[in-house]
Amino acid sequence: MFDLSGMTALVTGASGGIGSAIAAALATQGARVALSGTREDALNAVAAGSGGNMPILPCNLADGAAVDGLVPRAIEALGGTLDILVNNAGVTRDNLILRMKDEEWDQVIRVNLEAAFRLARAAARPMMKARFGRIISITSVVGATGNPGQANYAASKGGLTAMTKALAQELASRGITVNCVAPGFIHSAMTDVLPEAQKEALLGRIPAGRLGEGLDVAAAVAYVASREAAYVTGQTLHVNGGMAML
Amino acid sequence: MSETADRVKKIVVEHLGVEADKVTEDASFIDDLGADSLDIVELVMAFEEEFGVEIPDDAAEKIATVKDAINYIDSNKG
Repeated sequence: MFDLSGMTALVTGASGGIGSAIAAALATQGARVALSGTREDALNAVAAGSGGNMPILPCNLADGAAVDGLVPRAIEALGGTLDILVNNAGVTRDNLILRMKDEEWDQVIRVNLEAAFRLARAAARPMMKARFGRIISITSVVGATGNPGQANYAASKGGLTAMTKALAQELASRGITVNCVAPGFIHSAMTDVLPEAQKEALLGRIPAGRLGEGLDVAAAVAYVASREAAYVTGQTLHVNGGMAML
Repeated sequence: MSETADRVKKIVVEHLGVEADKVTEDASFIDDLGADSLDIVELVMAFEEEFGVEIPDDAAEKIATVKDAINYIDSNKG
């Protein structure tokens, strides 16, 4: 089950904690994975950790023209096909609405939402021709529940969720599924620096009693990427230890 | 029948899975051949590939019948 042998994948934001776990999981299941991100040295480290042989495709997702070129670059590097697109890259620019700058709104929407649109648009054509494709976007529990200080981030993730539902309906008849995986609080450099009291309060809201790990998210991605998940489309798979049941 | 017409009809038959004799030059992709909007996009992609022409979106929107496709390709291929 969930064997990805012979399949090719592109993962954005692949140097981060969740992105690198996704890339490793897809590779473990047999897929050939291209890594994209902004920090080339960090991407090389991820590739080396997975035994190399992963094309590295640096790309600034805030640059629309560069984003439009990323899928063609991936297809070339992967030998002519792209079966799985994972829109994982995301940024935060948290601020209360009264203080939120135009740039903070724009940056988050451009990287988290617009880049995912551009990549999905570019991937849809070869996937339609192949009569097979998996477009998977990593959203967030806050895209469904909201979160104070994250109007921009929550809007970008909610937007991704709705875009996913529209694309799922457009592309279902061509063997392409479009889904989201929505992590809750995942163990990362960002959560490591939280004060102890805040960590305690956070854990009190998570029935599973722990933060998630990258692998928890990656396993969900590997499932929706698989051939066995062909009948699952337009959905969000929540991976949050039960902190929100949606 | 022109060579373009033959090749266009072949693509339409393969793509839409319709009988060859239904693909007359006056046949409308949507009304007569059962295509949906996504089929049209795919047909245009297939024509672009077969004939090496670029069919921009505003031109693609005007292609409703088999004849429209043949005419566009004949007047735009290199």
